[in-house]
Parts: sequence; C-alpha cells; structure tokens
Amino acid sequence: MPFTLVLNIFAAVGQSFLSFFAAVGRLFVFAAKAVGHIFAPPFFGRITLKQFMDIGYYSLPVVGMTTLFTGMVLALQSYTGFTRFNAEGAIASVVVLSITRELAPVLAGLMVAGRVGASIAAEIATMRVTEQIDALVTLSVNPFKYLIVPRIVAGTLMLPILVLIGDIIGIMGGYIVSVHALDFSVGSYLKQTFDVLQAADVISGLVKAAVFGFIVTLMGCYHGFNSGRGAQGVGAATTNAVVSASILILIFNYVLTQVFFS
Amino acid sequence: MINDNKVAAGENAGTGSSGHTATPMIRMSNVKKSFGDKHILRGIDLEVKKGESLVVIGGSGTGKSVLLKNILGILEPDEGTIEVDGHVTTHMRGRARVELMHKFGMLFQGAALFDSLPVWENVAFGLIHGEKMSKGQAREIAVEKINAVGLSAQRVADLYPAELSGGMQKRVGLARAIATSPEIIFFDEPTTGLDPIMADVINDLIVESVKGLGATALSITHDMASARKIADKIAMIYEGEIIWCGDIKDLDNSGNPYVEQFIHGRAEGPISKHSDFAKSAKSKA
Ligand SMILES: Nc1ncnc2c1ncn2[C@@H]1O[C@H](COP(=O)(O)OP(=O)(O)OP(=O)(O)O)[C@@H](O)[C@H]1O
Ligand SMILES: [Mg+2]
Repeated sequence: MPFTLVLNIFAAVGQSFLSFFAAVGRLFVFAAKAVGHIFAPPFFGRITLKQFMDIGYYSLPVVGMTTLFTGMVLALQSYTGFTRFNAEGAIASVVVLSITRELAPVLAGLMVAGRVGASIAAEIATMRVTEQIDALVTLSVNPFKYLIVPRIVAGTLMLPILVLIGDIIGIMGGYIVSVHALDFSVGSYLKQTFDVLQAADVISGLVKAAVFGFIVTLMGCYHGFNSGRGAQGVGAATTNAVVSASILILIFNYVLTQVFFS
Repeated sequence: MINDNKVAAGENAGTGSSGHTATPMIRMSNVKKSFGDKHILRGIDLEVKKGESLVVIGGSGTGKSVLLKNILGILEPDEGTIEVDGHVTTHMRGRARVELMHKFGMLFQGAALFDSLPVWENVAFGLIHGEKMSKGQAREIAVEKINAVGLSAQRVADLYPAELSGGMQKRVGLARAIATSPEIIFFDEPTTGLDPIMADVINDLIVESVKGLGATALSITHDMASARKIADKIAMIYEGEIIWCGDIKDLDNSGNPYVEQFIHGRAEGPISKHSDFAKSAKSKA
C-alpha cells in the first residue's frame, strides 16, 4: 500500500515534469515561428504603428508614475539610512544606479505586463474564441504576421524607449526629494548625479527592457493564441499571460544582471 | 451505410450543370476527425461538382461546422484525404495553403467579424490584404456588397460590428465571404437569426453567387425552406458519416427514415433514440 503511494507520487511528479517540458517546447516553437515571421514579408506597417501607440505611448503615464515615485522613495530611504554613517553624499549614486540598472526596467516591465500583456492576451483570446483568427486565415492573411508580429515588434522596441524616459523621470524624482525636501544644494546633487551616471548602466537597463518587452508581448500572444474555448478560456489566458510574463521578467532580470555585471 | 442514391445522383449532377467536370471541385474520402475520445467525423465521403450547390443537413453538434473547417484547413483531419479542384490539400501548409485560400470564401456560423475594424473594412479585408487592392477601390466593392446583402451601406459602413444586431452581423459576414468573388464559397447557417423576408433575400443572393458567378457552394443549414431554395443536392450527416446524398428533387422520397424524420422535424423516429441530446433530455425527465 505505501509502496503504490510512493509510486503514484513519482508518477504525478514525472507527469507534471513531462507536461512542463512539453509546454516549454511549445512556447519555444511559437517564439521561433513569431521571430521568423518578423523578417519575412508581407509587413503590416500601419498595424505595427498602431501597436507602437498602444504599447508605447499609452504606457507612458503608468511607467512615468512608477519610476517617479520610485526615484523619490529611493532618495528618502537612502537619506534615512545614510545619515547614520554620514554618507548622505551617496544618495545620488544610489538613485542613479538602482533606477537605471534595475528598478526602471523591472518595474516598467511588470507594469507593462499588467497593462499590455493582459490586454493582448484578452484581445487575441477573444479573437480565437469568436473564430476571428480562423476568419483571418480564410481571408489569406497569416495571423502570425497580422496579429503577433506587430505586437512583439512594438513591445521589444517600445519598452527600451519607455525605460529611457522612466530613467530620466526616476532620477528627477530623486532630485526633487533631495533638493526640495532634504535640502541638498542643486549644484552638488547634480554634480554627483552626473559623476556616477555611466552609459554602460543605462544601456544594460535598456537591453533588459527590450528583453522584457519581448517577454511580455510574447506571453500575451502565446496565451491568447492558444486560449481555451469560451469566456473561461479568455480569463485563463489573461491570467496566465500576466503571471508567466512577471515571473519570466524576474528570472531573466537575474540572468541578465549576472551576464552584465560579473 | 452510404445510400446507393449518392452515387447515382453524383454522376448525374455534373452533366446537368456544366458538362466538362470530370474532377469534382471538392472531394472528401474517408475523412475522420476526433477531439480526444469524441469521434466527430467517422469517415466522410462527399463530392461537390464545379458550379454545384450542395447543402449539408444534420442535427446540432453532428460535426457540420467541423466538416467545413477540415476542408478549409483550419482543422486537420486525422485520416482520409481532401481534394480541391483535383489537388490533394489534406495536409497542405505554408504558401501553397495561402494560395489555396484565395479560392475560398467562408461565412462563419457566428459571423466572426473583426471587431477592431469598421464594417466596410471587414468586408474589404480580403480585397485589401489578400488581393492587395487599393483601399479606395476595395471600399467601392465593399459598399456594393453591403448593399447586396440588404443593408444600407450609407448607414452601416462606418459602424463597428459591436454596434450591429446579430442578423446584421451575419449579413456583413456574408458580404465579406463573397467580396473577393471566390470560386468556392462555404456558408455555415446563412439564414439562422434572420427574419423570413431577409432569409429569402439571402437565399436569392446565394443562388445568384452560385449561378451568376459560377461559384461552387457548400452550405450548412437547419432551415429546410432555405435548403430547398439554394441546393442542387442535399447531403445528410449523422453520427459522423454521410448517410444520404441526392438531388434536391429526390429529398421528399428519399426512402431514408433518418432523412424523413429530419426534414419533417419529428421528435419520434430513428434519430432521437441515439443522439446525445435525447439521452440527456431523458435522464433529466
Ligand atoms: N476545436 C474543438 N475542440 C473540441 N471539440 C470541438 C471543437 N470543435 C468542435 N468540437 C465538438 O465537435 C462537435 C461538433 O461540432 P460542430 O460545431 O461541428 O457542430 P455542428 O454540426 O456545426 O452543430 P450546429 O448545428 O449546432 O452548429 C461538438 O460536440 C463540439 O463540441
Ligand atoms: Mg455549426
């Protein structure tokens, strides 16, 4: 009796391992297919531009607010910490380094996963459920080119731009708190800021952003495209897109940090 | 199970319509399709000759829509072969599949309009993206087709699908299916959800598309009045097979108890004893 129980547990674990690898395999095939279609005509320029607006421009307020308050709180927190060691001078470097290397890309990625990833998944899943994707096929249009490529291209290109703007706003947030609330002098804070600011830090953040943009839009498209049937399918697709994109962002953030800074 | 009538009718129909049709436009042989352990299509044999209008009838959930999707390539059959215009298309992919799609027009059961696009762009979609026509020219054709399905293009062309009633959406779907003047048109329940007068307008339009433009049509309907109007031939699907296929004029003396029960809409007969619906209805009672 206990022996069969152990066997059953092994079987269940094995089963979930197998289905996990099968899922990863399907995702890889999907991603490879999507990337392949990016470089082969026909291209849908106008639709891609619309996605640039939807994914990039309309995410600006969310990303701006997130990085602004993050920069502000960083200045505040490091001030309370650093005054104990008389190290207030390091506040600017903490703000600049954390924003550009980590916080702007990761937080922007997570916010965009919630905003854009969810809406991509819901939209494409609804199209799947209502047979609009089948209708595309019957009208001689490849759904990968028409639906997926524009979103993935827009996500991969727009997130770095969003993060660059987020960098600026976040550093400004730190500046505002330091100068107006903590009574730093404008000149010395700005000097410290520009002393620590390095292209490599900013660029590493932007590369991360591009990867995160790809992940968010890929997961939205993948879960939407393979959605189950009915309203339940759409709901599950949306949840899965956001959760999987968020977790992958955190994992890839670690991997990329390891690659860049070791 | 297949009635002898099928073979006889199949041979006659071609000579009646256009004469030179040795190869059928659509041929399915022994097509099988399952979803998990649900065996939906269990060996479909079906032929549609060029310029002919075939109507498939059969109970709800018997796999009529699945049958169309297999021919279109949206679903891939598990077994059997599908030929279109003499070419085997069963597992065709890539560019060849896209080329093949140019031949097809499809009206989906649920209309399947693109809800991000206005009505006219829905109708013009195949022209703009499939045929690479200019937008202005495509709009002109779209307006013409919208009017042809009994809608006022002036009023609806710039509305979005969500702003239309179900029956209006269905007609826009029909306009989209015929906009590119395809060689083969599939209509999945074209008159469902329409009032009787509009249903007849649509019937006329289908007849006109087939007879006027020389298209081949494969339709699905539960509406026997519509079937009698648009069909040259009728096929009945039951338990995953075509159990009867014959000329429309032979429908009333098919001698097939399943067909008789279906066309007269009787609750009692051979069908109710086996169908899932009847089982669940009984267990509830
Ligand atoms: N993609 C799919 N996955 C799983 N099952 C499916 C799928 N498509 C259809 N089915 C099942 O196949 C069966 C036949 O479906 P189909 O839509 O072809 O019925 P139908 O004959 O068109 O019925 P109706 O007249 O109500 O439209 C149904 O039981 C349905 O649940
Ligand atoms: Mg159906």
